[in-house]
Amino acid sequence: MSSPVRALDTDRIHAVRRRRWIDEPLALSEITDDVARPLNTWPSMGWFAAFGVAVTALAIGVACVTYEIATGIGTWGLNRTVGWAFDITNFVFWIGIGHAGTLISAILLLFRQQWRTSINRSAEAMTIFAVICAALFPLIHMGRPWLFYFVIPYPNQRGSLWPNFRSPLLWDVFAINTYLTISLVFWYVGMIPDFATLRDRADGIRKRIYAALCLGWNGSYRTWTRYEAASLILAGLATPLVLSVHSIVSMDFAVSILPGWHTTIFPPYFVAGAVYSGFGMVLTLLILTRSLMHLERYITIRHLDAMAKVTLLTGSIVGLSYATELFTAWFNGSIYEKAMFYNRATGPYWLAFWTMVSCNALMPQLLWLRRLRTSAAGLFVLSIFVNLGMWLERFVIIVTSLHRSYLPSSWVMYRPTFIEVGTLIGSFGLFFTCFLLFIRLLPMIAMWEIKAGADVRVEEAADHA
Amino acid sequence: MPREYLVATYAEPGALVDAVTRIRAHGFKIYDVYTPCPVHGLDEAMGLRRSRLGYVAFVAGALGMIAALLFQFYCAVWSWNVNVGGKPDNSTLAFIPITFEITILAAGLATAKVFLARSGLLPGATAQLAASGVTDDTFAIALRWRNTVFDTGEARRVLTESGAIEIRQTEMDL
Repeated sequence: MSSPVRALDTDRIHAVRRRRWIDEPLALSEITDDVARPLNTWPSMGWFAAFGVAVTALAIGVACVTYEIATGIGTWGLNRTVGWAFDITNFVFWIGIGHAGTLISAILLLFRQQWRTSINRSAEAMTIFAVICAALFPLIHMGRPWLFYFVIPYPNQRGSLWPNFRSPLLWDVFAINTYLTISLVFWYVGMIPDFATLRDRADGIRKRIYAALCLGWNGSYRTWTRYEAASLILAGLATPLVLSVHSIVSMDFAVSILPGWHTTIFPPYFVAGAVYSGFGMVLTLLILTRSLMHLERYITIRHLDAMAKVTLLTGSIVGLSYATELFTAWFNGSIYEKAMFYNRATGPYWLAFWTMVSCNALMPQLLWLRRLRTSAAGLFVLSIFVNLGMWLERFVIIVTSLHRSYLPSSWVMYRPTFIEVGTLIGSFGLFFTCFLLFIRLLPMIAMWEIKAGADVRVEEAADHA
Repeated sequence: MPREYLVATYAEPGALVDAVTRIRAHGFKIYDVYTPCPVHGLDEAMGLRRSRLGYVAFVAGALGMIAALLFQFYCAVWSWNVNVGGKPDNSTLAFIPITFEITILAAGLATAKVFLARSGLLPGATAQLAASGVTDDTFAIALRWRNTVFDTGEARRVLTESGAIEIRQTEMDL
């Protein structure tokens, strides 16, 4: 029955393209079973081992932060010159991690990339946990975190004395809070239909919890059409939001006059770096999770391949940004810029700089190899280097610019103390504790989205019959 | 309030879309369709109009934008102007990032809230399923049954012809 005209029908081409992402045709109830199974069974030993490590790391972090708050900010290695070192490094690092989640769930939705459906839920969860980790660092760095509400513009008895709206640090407060709120809303709204599915499979207390969470969802198609409209609008809002968040984070630096910070390339450079580091973390998490939770059927090698390609693209943009910084330092004629770049590459922090360059600019180029892109183990190792490289990038930007700025008399060295390192370990502990709980308590794959994709296949099969 | 419905179930979305088209062609009004996932082409088959949520997002975003801009102006210029590095009190350009964030926040929250409220998805709301499995792998069509203006025989015939697996007449609170 297929004629050449019919074969060119764009809908059908899309349908054929969509079919590739999951290998075998799955019955709809099979999808429900596969995704809901981990929620009903006792966790494996592997999960308990990972959870134990994560909770231990979290406990180290809690102990360090408690000690720091009880004693004072002097327990950190920060000094008068390098006042921003570890906490802002970690803050920018964690915010960057979050960006991949929004890219996958919002930007790829707008681009109608079907492969996002297997990974978007867990990537969004990752975003939320990463933003929480990020937000902790400025809070801890305040020294008296219980006064955090001073940054919120509320009528007060001091005037009212308002916060300084010209400060990029205040822009950050608004950007991060908006980002966290919108990501949470998007994540929750995305899970409502799946909560209803789980409600109808569960009994007892679990049924009551899922029933409360799904707000009375009954699968009505009139609701579905509104639901899809709402999802598209939220995606359309989250897309400029995610670009703005890291742009604003970069303005914390770019708006200052410090050599190495005072550059207009920072917003796009930071956004590309954020997506690059975020995809590094998504790869780390999903390669682990797919084997831990036996979800190889849903998160296939082709999904990993697609993520590796995004990593390659954004890694190349980061590499290009490094080259641009080098060129600008040489070309713009400012002796301070030149000295700063020279200090980064050959000064006391040269090792951090060159590790950063090899992890972020050179290693992703290996992803041109198809063999690496389709190897879960290879990608896992690479993703660790991406994470390391992007953490070091923030460290290099912050510490090397601060430790030798205009005034040679205030040149100092910075070295983190045990408390700082412990806090960083604690943030990883918090992140992984949250993620491990998430994969046990909530549907980590969007069942309804996979079904909507599977449904195309059913039509296809019917057409070919 | 419980009412009487004629509910037909289907196993796959293709048959569902055909059935909806056919039933509407026979002059029956569809109360609603229940599916586990969005179905390609069902909106057109049901003749649903485009959602107006976009207007909600636009209006809320515009209001958020105006409010954020005015508030920053009020604080920095009107209420208590603080000289920071000699910058002008009304540094409008510097107010843009926060204005942008509040615009997005207002539009996003309003969209989600209006969507939930309009769809009756509220805390504590309970659901009655049109058929078991509509949140798993079953697709269902519900027709309002009225004994005055409803040709049950004709409706059942059309539904059967369209490939329904099961047809039930029940009282429900959908």
